[in-house]
Amino acid sequence: MASVPTTVPFEAEPIAGRRGGAPPCHGNDGGEGGPFEYGSAAFAQRLRRARLGMFVALSAIAMIFVSFTSAYLVRQGLPTIDPSTATLVHDWLPVRLPPLFLLNTLVLVVSGFTMELARRQTAREAAGTIAASEAPALRTSRSQISWLALTIALGLAFLAGQVVAWRELAATGFYLATSPSSSFVYLLTGMHGIHLLGAVLVLLFAGAAAILRKPIASQVVILDVTGWYWHFMAVLWVYVFCLMKFAR
Amino acid sequence: MGLVILIVVWLITFISAYFFLAKTWWLPVGASAAAAGIDHHFSTTYILMGAVFIAAQVALGFLAWKFRERGTASTAAHYSHGNNKLEIIWTLLTAVLFIGLNLASGSIWASERFRPAVSNATQVEVTGMQFAWYFRYPGPDGKFGATKPELIDPSIGGEGALGLDTTDAASKDDVVSGVMYVPVNREVEVILRAHDVIHSFFIPNMRFKQDAVPGLAIHMHFTPIATGDYELTCAELCGLGHYKMNGMLKVVSQEDYEKWLAAREAEKQ
Amino acid sequence: MATREFTAHESHAHAAPQGFIRKWVFSLDHKVIGIQYFFLALSAVLVGMLLSLLMRIHLIWPTASVPLIGEIKPETYLTLLTMHGTIMVFFVLTTAPQGGFGNYFLPIQIGAADMAFPVLNMLSFWVTALAFVVMLSAFFVTGGAPLHGWTGYPPLSALPSAGPGEALGADLWVISIALFCIGALMSALNFITTTLDMRAKGMTLMRMPLTCWAWFVTAILGLLAFGVLFSAGILLLLDRNAGTSFYVPLVVVNGQMVGHRGGSPLLWQHLFWFFGHPEVYIAILPAMGLCSQLLSVFSRKPIFGYKAMVYAILAIGLLGFMVWGHHMFMSGMSPYTAFAFSIMTMAIGVPSAIKTFNWLGTLWGGRIRFASPMLFAIGFVSLFVSGGISGPFLAQPVLDIPLHDTAFVTGHFHLIMGVASIFGIFAATYYWFPKMFGRMMNERLAQAHFWLTFVGTYCIFMPMHYAGMAGQPRRYSQFTTLHYLEKLIPLNEFISFAAFVTIAAQLIFVFNLFWSMKAGKKASDNPWEATTLEWTTATPPPHDNFGGHTPVVYNGPYEYGVPGAPKDYVMQTDPTIVAVH
Repeated sequence: MASVPTTVPFEAEPIAGRRGGAPPCHGNDGGEGGPFEYGSAAFAQRLRRARLGMFVALSAIAMIFVSFTSAYLVRQGLPTIDPSTATLVHDWLPVRLPPLFLLNTLVLVVSGFTMELARRQTAREAAGTIAASEAPALRTSRSQISWLALTIALGLAFLAGQVVAWRELAATGFYLATSPSSSFVYLLTGMHGIHLLGAVLVLLFAGAAAILRKPIASQVVILDVTGWYWHFMAVLWVYVFCLMKFAR
Repeated sequence: MGLVILIVVWLITFISAYFFLAKTWWLPVGASAAAAGIDHHFSTTYILMGAVFIAAQVALGFLAWKFRERGTASTAAHYSHGNNKLEIIWTLLTAVLFIGLNLASGSIWASERFRPAVSNATQVEVTGMQFAWYFRYPGPDGKFGATKPELIDPSIGGEGALGLDTTDAASKDDVVSGVMYVPVNREVEVILRAHDVIHSFFIPNMRFKQDAVPGLAIHMHFTPIATGDYELTCAELCGLGHYKMNGMLKVVSQEDYEKWLAAREAEKQ
Repeated sequence: MATREFTAHESHAHAAPQGFIRKWVFSLDHKVIGIQYFFLALSAVLVGMLLSLLMRIHLIWPTASVPLIGEIKPETYLTLLTMHGTIMVFFVLTTAPQGGFGNYFLPIQIGAADMAFPVLNMLSFWVTALAFVVMLSAFFVTGGAPLHGWTGYPPLSALPSAGPGEALGADLWVISIALFCIGALMSALNFITTTLDMRAKGMTLMRMPLTCWAWFVTAILGLLAFGVLFSAGILLLLDRNAGTSFYVPLVVVNGQMVGHRGGSPLLWQHLFWFFGHPEVYIAILPAMGLCSQLLSVFSRKPIFGYKAMVYAILAIGLLGFMVWGHHMFMSGMSPYTAFAFSIMTMAIGVPSAIKTFNWLGTLWGGRIRFASPMLFAIGFVSLFVSGGISGPFLAQPVLDIPLHDTAFVTGHFHLIMGVASIFGIFAATYYWFPKMFGRMMNERLAQAHFWLTFVGTYCIFMPMHYAGMAGQPRRYSQFTTLHYLEKLIPLNEFISFAAFVTIAAQLIFVFNLFWSMKAGKKASDNPWEATTLEWTTATPPPHDNFGGHTPVVYNGPYEYGVPGAPKDYVMQTDPTIVAVH
């Protein structure tokens, strides 16, 4: 607490920019839109902001699956009255998971690697084109597209595989409402699938951006944050799978 | 304006406090063994919290008046960013008050809820359904007969409403009533059930409330200590008839209770 | 020079939009989006108030016929109640303070040109608006809107046969809430990223106005809580439409068995209240932040204990996630768990008390100016105390036994959410209207509005505490069947008449709002002589908020009455005077 606060005539001192000494002119520009060079201060800021936003978004998605997990565990453990005997019974019967889930897991994990490769390739392209010329690079390369395309293909393969796995489950007589355990299998895998589909759509958009020769710096940012999202989806899938398989 | 604020805030405070102190509208008369303890703790809480309420509102009104801006030549406001010592003091005091109150209530809660009913309690199964309460007594065999959901037919009331399985031997002496009779000065064990949605069994005079949840049979207990008729009602939104899902608890002497039960058993023959 | 000039940057991230649609409908400008949210909330509150008016009419005249609607049946009353609660909690209290004023002023108060993700911001508004339309549509479908209360406990909310309105109406209700969750999550993302990443140079976290702290923590609460509500809603939709049994055990409704078994109604309560308790803090924290702001501005002295206030906001946010069980003491939950929750609930009373002490400490020694924003801020403190004091009653399980699901609870949460939080919205409107619309609101009308509302709401909600202690249950459509409620009817009549007057008084506010937009006295850039960044810029602010240059911050937000300074306030951007404390 101040006793006699002092007021000090202030000598304005030079203010250094955040990176590289440029004045903080619109250090906080409004976000999207406007060209920015790869490697520039604006690019670093855009990338950092996008990553922060993605991290925040992943926390929200995580909470959705945290709630489903707690519902899963509660439902599994909770006894209920069997009206015909008026006694408490546990009615959780674990459902046999289609083996296809395991193959799909592999597909998704591999796609994580291809996603990484796509991301790094784009970053290298962007760095390469800076070195190659003064002007912002707008071209793209063939090998970059193919990693991205492969990731999209693997993502779609995973989703198709999930649909087939559901068909297998239904063929054994387990539908969404058949039993509590089957309800959760469809619920958990379905919610995960919807979120992954969203990521696939974003990758398609990124692919379109590459083909249409949009600024490479934006492509780098998009692939970077989608990469994080993709890895989260893979980890989330492994988690969901382990939950269904081991918490029985 | 500062004076107006003071007057209005103080008036609101004192008028509100008056109705609390005068107990113009108050908790209903307590008629269970637990009521005295609960009511006593209620009084402790409301005296302590009431004091805080009055002090805070009086201070607010006073400060608004005392430190109003008076003319342009008045002294500047007192420039201060706070006082850490004060912060610590009032934080600790508040924590002690709040947590202390809670711990003090803990023993009452424990005695109400942490132990099951005594073995010789009067057992009553209380079933809530849209929009009535049914009470079932196990009869001389001390066992509740089986009920089956397929047999439930509320339109015929009584045993039909509960879906009593009359083929079960234990059902033969079960008594189902729309009025709850219990003997005085004996613990009552209530087994709460619900058929359709969540209801809540609320007997204001007994300081008793517990949700009746479908899929669960919840055991609770209370001990009535005064004979009389006590209204009971539903305290969890259960549909359009929620407001009229009422009933009556009749606390009678042990003798009258046995007579009533015997008469109901006789009717079943 | 108080602020540095930089060479004007050519392009703000996006140039100011042209054309009506880009400028006013699908705007990316956080200021326009904030105003859109504000008017969405205004529409919602008018609907919500109308519903409560009908409720209060029915309670004291159960057989009366209302024009255009006819006699209000018990199920209709419950529908009014359900939609009143849902619309008010979601579309008013979670929308105006955060989506409305937060969207408008957070970027400006931290020195940013816009939110981090303007397209996401625009989407979040339109998703929320869509959710509102879906919610209202429930009134117009077969069976009407649901009657299961804003808390929507299954099996009542899960079974179409359990009551009128529980068929399509209930589905629309759940879908609306699910949409609202998505909009809220998008908005929370924006707030958090913006606060963490877009503060101007010199705007450290501990120099942020308490409004920004409140919006920030509110966004974190929303981020972590709305996902849980979303999940709960998905499970409910599945139970209702796909035959699953997450929440519904084997039940028999009116003699008919329904095709569910094994589910747990308590699961919904846990999920719902895990969201529901942080939700009430989402509703109140922005108002608390603003109250701190206004008490300081209009007492002409710094907020008492800025750091403690920040810690209190953080503590309320954190503890807010640990107390949800106090809504479930009577639910059939384990009594041991209940006791644990009650200790945590008492604990959360402590930071709230600290804030109250600090507000009083801010007034002490001040030079108070009673402009309309200040009246509402002082009113807020009074209402917060009143509503807060009834909390410790309910927080103790033993006292919750007689009080749970009575009018005592209704009085408690209305004083806090339905009045104190609304006072925050009123205060924000009177305070920031000059900056948003370039004109002052009429002070005379504002004062009339304040006094009628302050006294009126006390007359409505304080008596509910007495009624609750006497055992009046909540959500009863009439009091004609229980004898012990007969003596409470005069009290209920008093409440209803107070409500009629208070609701009518809100017309003063609505009139003042629209009239002042056209004909209010023109406002200067800083009519309240306040120090935070929004008052350094033009009125209304230009498209990029600061007209081409980025502010640089040298001072904290509450430098009022600094000894030795030429004026009794020092702008945050003023480098010539740096108060050392």
